[in-house]
Amino acid sequence: MSDVTSQNQSWREWLTTDAPTSRRHARLANLYQGWLTLRANSMAMFGLGILLALLLVALLAPVLSPHDPFEQSLGNRLQPLGTEGHILGTDSLGRDILSRLIYGSRITLYIVALVALIAPVAGLLVGTVAGYVGGWTDTILMRITDIFLAFPRLVLALAFVAALGAGIENAVLAISLTAWPPYARIARAETLTIRSADYISAIRLQGAGALRIITKHIWPLCISSLIVRVTLDMAGIILAAAGLGFLGLGAQPPSPEWGAMISEGRRFILDHWWVATVPGLAIFTVSLAFNLLGDGLRDVLDPKDGSQ
Amino acid sequence: MTALTIKDLNVWFGTDRDRVDAVKSANFDVGIGESFGLVGESGSGKSTILRAITGLAPTWSGEITVEGKQITGATRDRAFYKTVQMVFQDPYASLHPRHTVDQVLSETLHLHGFKDINARVVRLLDDVGLGGKFRFRYPHQISGGQRQRVAVARALAGEPDILLLDEPTSALDVSVQAEILNLLTDLRDEHKLTYLMVSHDLPVIGHMCDRLAVMKDGEIVEVMETDDLRHGTAKHDYSRSLLAASAVA
Repeated sequence: MSDVTSQNQSWREWLTTDAPTSRRHARLANLYQGWLTLRANSMAMFGLGILLALLLVALLAPVLSPHDPFEQSLGNRLQPLGTEGHILGTDSLGRDILSRLIYGSRITLYIVALVALIAPVAGLLVGTVAGYVGGWTDTILMRITDIFLAFPRLVLALAFVAALGAGIENAVLAISLTAWPPYARIARAETLTIRSADYISAIRLQGAGALRIITKHIWPLCISSLIVRVTLDMAGIILAAAGLGFLGLGAQPPSPEWGAMISEGRRFILDHWWVATVPGLAIFTVSLAFNLLGDGLRDVLDPKDGSQ
Repeated sequence: MTALTIKDLNVWFGTDRDRVDAVKSANFDVGIGESFGLVGESGSGKSTILRAITGLAPTWSGEITVEGKQITGATRDRAFYKTVQMVFQDPYASLHPRHTVDQVLSETLHLHGFKDINARVVRLLDDVGLGGKFRFRYPHQISGGQRQRVAVARALAGEPDILLLDEPTSALDVSVQAEILNLLTDLRDEHKLTYLMVSHDLPVIGHMCDRLAVMKDGEIVEVMETDDLRHGTAKHDYSRSLLAASAVA
């Protein structure tokens, strides 16, 4: 027992040392320092906990869900909360709402992951290149960004989905296409403050090219603010996906996407409020979790904070 | 042949009505192995000369010759970066906040095309008086003086002949200043370097340099020997007033 604690002790010392002994050690120690800062923020840990739970639920959906999410039972429709065998009730076709929520978490995560992969990367590329290269490149790239920014987001997404056809993949694509301009703006602003810094001049004097400077020196400093922005935007992305689902342009029935579930429940909202409310609460909880985590990550990752 | 010849150098920023002439027809030359100082109050254009030489200030006219090779425009070739290197004023701003000392030096060595990077990183750290225990630290884990040592190590990585020093000690404590100046003196002897040093601190220039140029409002008003500085026999009025001001301080 004491052996285990002393081993833990030495691990902690190894991770918090001021004098790392190898590249890997330095990186791990830096990560651990960030983790300690994040852990001290209880709200962020609460958000992280919810998101980890969501991930677990999505992974274990077949084990956790009490019923088949697509199994209809018209004799059993619109059961209230707390019904035997259907804790969260059933919807208009007699499908178990809890099971549909659990399977719906997969779709939510799928949307979030895809948008988070596409939009910030596109924005980062456009923004850093525009900011670093400057001149005509900057003008052209930023005017294109302005055009995308000028459209209301959901309307533009609607137009894209209308052109590409309804469906969850197209909804993701449409949301990504409308989500990248703010990232480009942030990345460009960051790049403009970084590009004239002495450490960029210094690496230029070693003969580094624009590609190396952008990818190895500017990106690491932009990425942290983008990550924060992404987590804060996640709530909006989930809502946009739900909104498209609600309008019938995102996930198609019988898919248990949360927005689509609200849309179905809307017809009964006065007499059977839980059908729409339960998936609404799920969206609310996950959005809140992302916001809380984003706030915490900002404290950890803020590049303006010189100590980290 | 001289290490560095500056002839009729003009540097300006902005265009038309916004144009600011930072350096006006500057002339001086630095011999091989010499240590040359540029002195003047802030805004007199001394750092701008260094930035024009390295291509960081792209709008200039005149002639800059480095080891017999004339330089044009704002782009410099690899041979230039292997000949001329620069140490910046503020060690808190000249190191990437997310790169360890090891990353900074390894990348520089990689850019200069060296193969035995690990051995060279260790040797560079030894050269500037930092032990191996600093190798994997981030800039925020080391002090200002240690950062400036890392910056000097980075400048030396490509084994240059000429080092441009842009007020290398002005951002440091007095005690640390002396350490860095001694380090620079030692390195100059060891590597047979030519220094072009910018400073507003006359004692520092007196300690480090053989000759110096006094600048005022973008113009070089006088080039003199350091001995003249010590004996206070400056010819130009402005140099004299600068000397007097420094003597009081």
